[in-house]
Amino acid sequence: MNKPTHPYAIELRGISKRFGAVQANKDINLQVPAGTVHGIIGENGAGKSTLMSIIYGFYEADTGTIEVDGQEVNIRNSQDAIKAGIGMVHQHFMLVENFTVLENVVLGAEGGTILKGGMDAARKELARLEKEYSLDIDVDAVVEDLPVGLQQRVEILKALYRGARILILDEPTGVLTPQEADHLFRILDALKQQGVTVILITHKLREILASTDNVSVMRLGQMVAHRETAKTDKEELAELMVGKKVRLKVLKDEAEPGDVKLAAKNVSYVDSQGVTRLKNINFELRAGEVVGIAGVSGNGQSELLNVLSGITPMSSGEVHMAGEVITPKSPKNAAQMRDLKMGHIPEDRHKMGLVTGFEAYEAAILGYHNDPDYNGKILLNRKAMLNECNERMESWDVRPPNPHLKTANFSGGNQQKIVIAREVEKNPDVLLVGQPTRGVDIGAIENIHEQIIKLRVADKAILLVSVELDEIMALSDRILVMFDGEIVGELPASEADERTLGLMMANAFNEEGASE
Amino acid sequence: MFETLILILDATLRVSTPLILAALAGLFSERAGIVDIGLEGKMLGGAFAAAAAASVFGSAWIGLGFAIIASVGLALVHGFACITHRGDHIVSGVAINTVVAGLTITLGLDWFSMGGQTPALSGDERFFAITLPFADALADVPVIGLIYSELISGHNILVYLAFALVPATYWVVFKTRFGLRLRAVGENPHAVDTAGISVAFIRYRAVIICGVLCGIAGAYLSTAHNAGFLKDMSAGKGYMALAALIFGKWRPVPVMFACLLFGFLDAVAVRMQGVVVPGIGEIPVQAIEVLPYVLTVLLLAGFIGKAVGPKAVGRPYVKERA
Repeated sequence: MNKPTHPYAIELRGISKRFGAVQANKDINLQVPAGTVHGIIGENGAGKSTLMSIIYGFYEADTGTIEVDGQEVNIRNSQDAIKAGIGMVHQHFMLVENFTVLENVVLGAEGGTILKGGMDAARKELARLEKEYSLDIDVDAVVEDLPVGLQQRVEILKALYRGARILILDEPTGVLTPQEADHLFRILDALKQQGVTVILITHKLREILASTDNVSVMRLGQMVAHRETAKTDKEELAELMVGKKVRLKVLKDEAEPGDVKLAAKNVSYVDSQGVTRLKNINFELRAGEVVGIAGVSGNGQSELLNVLSGITPMSSGEVHMAGEVITPKSPKNAAQMRDLKMGHIPEDRHKMGLVTGFEAYEAAILGYHNDPDYNGKILLNRKAMLNECNERMESWDVRPPNPHLKTANFSGGNQQKIVIAREVEKNPDVLLVGQPTRGVDIGAIENIHEQIIKLRVADKAILLVSVELDEIMALSDRILVMFDGEIVGELPASEADERTLGLMMANAFNEEGASE
Repeated sequence: MFETLILILDATLRVSTPLILAALAGLFSERAGIVDIGLEGKMLGGAFAAAAAASVFGSAWIGLGFAIIASVGLALVHGFACITHRGDHIVSGVAINTVVAGLTITLGLDWFSMGGQTPALSGDERFFAITLPFADALADVPVIGLIYSELISGHNILVYLAFALVPATYWVVFKTRFGLRLRAVGENPHAVDTAGISVAFIRYRAVIICGVLCGIAGAYLSTAHNAGFLKDMSAGKGYMALAALIFGKWRPVPVMFACLLFGFLDAVAVRMQGVVVPGIGEIPVQAIEVLPYVLTVLLLAGFIGKAVGPKAVGRPYVKERA
């Protein structure tokens, strides 16, 4: 491939960007050496995505300049960025789901008014790119039928097809299994060998250490440090990110499980399309323990949470809780489950945890809105709601501490704090927790983890579903692994490591067993 | 009996033509993510403009031109509201329908003083039937002769145009760069934007095409199918076209067949007027006229499966705030 003509593939000078009152980026300087993998790390809301959106032409910077290969470029929209050789793989894929891989790749670079010619040329070019970067994919497959790992590959191919020499990846491993993530890093390595410069945005320290050459740290809209990856470590980076010492390990005592608080017996769930989502789920959840459910997302974890919390009725089996037996014939809805003292922190705070158009103090009572604490004779007791919301915002460090701000306008971490506070402060016996720290920054993660452990100490029974293995391993006492709607394995947290769990999550043990 | 069938089918083609034009108009608009409940209003506006201009200038072609201009104008209003200002597509569409329904009558009264109608058109002011070559010569050949001379030959140019537009639409939507971008923008405008293409520009072009086709449909109503503009002459055809669009799952050929089915029911309804069915008596015309709608509801409810439209339809495109 072409030798880089300039030591820096991309260089930013004094980039600033303001959204209303929020200074998203302030005087950012960045030099990315050509042909390297450069990590940009920072908490959520540190301004990483804004900065990349500026480079990719989604926003225009208020001040500052961008140089590509030593030439100053004026990037006003995505088209300019593409012309400058910059490609981006967004956190939420920018794919048309019912298009084929080929159609997605050529969109915007069709090569002529009539598709035929351009498509045939694209097919040849893609075959070459796939070979060069070992990116196997069926170009005629419809995107929505592909697993996320492959969809991401389509995004990478899209960028390469447009001749990208600089590839930006925004939180690329958020949706991948450990194995898929490993594969991605091998691809990035191959790209680097071919002279492509990769910018990797993430808040996962492990990925930065494993795959980058250099790393820049952002905090509160500013670049606070640049390091050679080989000369730094997890602790230093974490400290730079949050500006204070953090511990990544959760300190906890041995579990002392008490009575069974929740028991699932042969619980199955068949969805409206007739697909079996849960198959004969059996487990017990005891007071004073955290049971973690590990698994690649989409293997029935969401359905399990929905069935247990009463959102979707199960198809067969029974759930025992607080002396009641819940069966398909005598179901309980979500409100009735709450009355049995079950708390539920849903996986998707936007869709299920909050009404984003509500002000914080309103969202803070959802699901408990009939509670006498919040009600007068006829109307809601706004004063009580506001008081409580103020207290919680203080004790949970929700920023900004403004109960009248719409929940949509809080950052992800602060939204999550509002949801968790709501469920935890009601002192439930059983707490279902789904992806508690998805899109949440390190400072808040620590806080949330501490609260979960506190509940365990207070003899609560906690079921934790998370795609973050670190989190599952740090918090759980026992780990159940789900695959294709079934619990395929169980092991104590003390015996769990990433490799074992990863293999169990991919159901590799059973497949080996079957082939023998 | 055979002759009756041919006559009904012949009527079907004539009744289906405006439906096909309007449904294809809706197809371009909705494929690009713009809900267009204003097909009705654009068609009515086009019909009025066509009849008025044809009457004043004495040419059906000039009438057609004015119909297209009027309809595209209304389409651009819809685009301005929905694309530029991110307004609600339904509200804008209903507003257009209401305004046009009143405006055509008001202008008609002011200009022609004929109770809201336009003067009756004749001669070159209308589109006339075209007799295809050999139609007369073949008329006496059994079966084929009748089909050719009655069913295929003897329509005005707009009928042929409407049917020719079906494969043309298929080709544009599925075989060209514009079509690919059009479909993409209706499914995931973010993907289009990040590919460096203007979402608004594509949507505006789709809306303009929609306007052109609705204009032709309107002109057909007042200067080909009828001989002048009548109050509310679109009579719900825009809504029926929308139903056909859903029924045909936003694909040109199935949409055409849906329009033909609706047209057929309409043609039968006309034939059934005053016919006494043994044991039942005279069937009320309304009972048959309601059939297309009932059929749509029934078929959508159970028989053809879920009609999934373009994913981003009706949603204004807003760049995400990171």
